[in-house]
Amino acid sequence: MLAAFRAMHELSIAMSIVETAQEEAERRGVQVTAVHLRLGALSGVVKDALFFSYQIACQDTPLAGSRLIVEDLPVIVFCPRCQAKRTLSSVQCFECPECRMPTGDIVQGKELEVFALEVEE
Amino acid sequence: MSEPRLVEVRKNVLKQNDVIARGLRDRFRAAGVFVVSLVSSPGSGKTTFLEKTLTWLQPRYRVAALVGDLATENDAKRLARSNAPVKQITTGTLCHLEAAMVQRALEGWNLQELDFLFIENVGNLVCPSSYDLGENLRFVLLSVTEGEDKPLKYPTIFNSADVAIVTKIELAAAVEFDWEAARKSIQSVRPGMQVFRLSAKTGQGMEEYFGFLAERLEELRVKVQV
Repeated sequence: MLAAFRAMHELSIAMSIVETAQEEAERRGVQVTAVHLRLGALSGVVKDALFFSYQIACQDTPLAGSRLIVEDLPVIVFCPRCQAKRTLSSVQCFECPECRMPTGDIVQGKELEVFALEVEE
Repeated sequence: MSEPRLVEVRKNVLKQNDVIARGLRDRFRAAGVFVVSLVSSPGSGKTTFLEKTLTWLQPRYRVAALVGDLATENDAKRLARSNAPVKQITTGTLCHLEAAMVQRALEGWNLQELDFLFIENVGNLVCPSSYDLGENLRFVLLSVTEGEDKPLKYPTIFNSADVAIVTKIELAAAVEFDWEAARKSIQSVRPGMQVFRLSAKTGQGMEEYFGFLAERLEELRVKVQV
């Protein structure tokens, strides 16, 4: 099952998340109870697959039993006509929601970041 | 036991890949080799397109290719017919290439002996989008048989690419391919994206695309000299 599941890249990403969190925990001498992840709409990661993968990736590590908390970040673009940052409601339509100007100037949306850890001493 | 507390970390999960990719990009630049990666769904014509590209470029430029594939070496064998150096990266069950695989595959290669390096990713429109391979340009291929709305279904990969290549245009009429609809959906997910329409089989549209590659190499060489 695991081998078949690796055909999705979320497992390798979940393993990197666990690794990153564990390194930080060791450095600080703490136990992680939850990982806060910031996930951009253009990160290329499917959230449900990631939740499932996270449980597998945590097994037999000090993070076993910890929770993954995901903050979804929408795409924000810079509109050259409005000279302002605008939030897109869909990743299928890269145009300013105010003036309809097409823009691919991405300010936010590619994040895949361990933002914070909930820890116990 | 104490209350749980929140500590800010702010670590990019793909940092390791990004660091290796940056290292590759620096090496490619220093060697003056222009690197193109190809992504598409399985069956969009990546290998035929690459075979024709290598064959055409061969007499004029020094070219090589890395080919990612899940299990077989068929693609590398096909590409070897172009007489360009070709190396297979068999990913096993992994659905995408990562920068470390490219780095390993290049061990023993003298990049200074190359003008162009092509990296064919595994046929997949989802997973490769997150992984920087250090390439100069990423091409996303879309065959006319796949439907005009493919970019809208896979916006992330189209957004991560620099150039779109519409392939198999010799079949456009037979499958009633609506170019205007395809153009719109590409521009909707990646405004301003450069698009080539071509047939690797008949050669239609290939000349313009080869001209584009030659110009990019020229540009790179000017930059590296400065």
